[in-house]
Amino acid sequence: MLLFFFMVTTTMRETELVIKAPQLPNATEVKKLEHKSLVSTIYVGKAKDQAKFGSGDKIQLNDKIASINDIASFIYSEQEKHNPEEVPYMTTSIKSDVKASVGTIHDIRIELRDINALKVSYSTRSGDISLNTK
Amino acid sequence: MARRENSEINAGSMADIAFLLLIFFLVTTTMDVDSGISRKLSEKPPENYEPPIIKMKNILEINLNRNDEMLVEDEISQIADIKQIAIDFLDNGGGVGKEIDGVPGTACTYCNGNKSEKSSDHPNKAIISVQSDRGTSYGMYITVQNELLSAYTELRNRYAKNHVKGKYAGKSYDDLLLLSANDKENEDLKAVIKEVKEAYPQIISDAEPTK
Repeated sequence: MLLFFFMVTTTMRETELVIKAPQLPNATEVKKLEHKSLVSTIYVGKAKDQAKFGSGDKIQLNDKIASINDIASFIYSEQEKHNPEEVPYMTTSIKSDVKASVGTIHDIRIELRDINALKVSYSTRSGDISLNTK
Repeated sequence: MARRENSEINAGSMADIAFLLLIFFLVTTTMDVDSGISRKLSEKPPENYEPPIIKMKNILEINLNRNDEMLVEDEISQIADIKQIAIDFLDNGGGVGKEIDGVPGTACTYCNGNKSEKSSDHPNKAIISVQSDRGTSYGMYITVQNELLSAYTELRNRYAKNHVKGKYAGKSYDDLLLLSANDKENEDLKAVIKEVKEAYPQIISDAEPTK
């Protein structure tokens, strides 16, 4: 029984993280993201290989570290995978480390706004918010 | 010719195989329920767009600096207080609401605030503006957003409990959302949720961060 349960629920992780696994902030007002296929994820955090990529906040799209300017083409390529009528429902989930700076997030937001991908979800865990600023 | 004895397959190792498989799936399962604070970005303003003039009293200004300190209306505040400040601001109801479809706005009949002249006119005019620094930590930003959202949720819960009529009377906004998650096609429920949302629309703006 257990075996079948896990077989059915297993979803293989599609993307290998090249940034350090972001420690998501905690929040209480969370909403679940529905329709996983309509979600494109942007990771923000420090690179694992800091000698190569530098120590600042990095953005990961698909499985590599990208720059702000690549976001537009990333979102377009995600949108191309879906029917045009589904595109307005597509959400961009930003999985960012608590220690990232708002400047980086804002740059992403501006990029998304410019290409009209307006639905954004700041990925969080549900938990105690006082842990966020430690 | 003597038929061979119907030899049984040795099933003793079956359990081991099943067990190994179980462990394999246990390890690879990622139960990541993707949840988060969802927001809708504002559309890109057209070129040479002039922002409308908004009375200062209808804006609650929150500033975050790079040391994760917070100013609310130019006074240093703590995270713990911001929810109440936001509720007082949104729920003030000191004037009339904005015009909707040519119908002039009316005073907020469901607000419990102080009706102060100095604070917001109506929940649908009240704007919360969050200005952060580029160096503000993401954790701090999310914390503030979360507190603001919880202020809205509290007001919506109260509105839904006291002012929704009909078969959904007495339920809080959270209850309605839960019901709606299980019953997506229910148009009545959707209309009620819309009504509650419009009573306290979420207007949080993110100002351009300071450098």
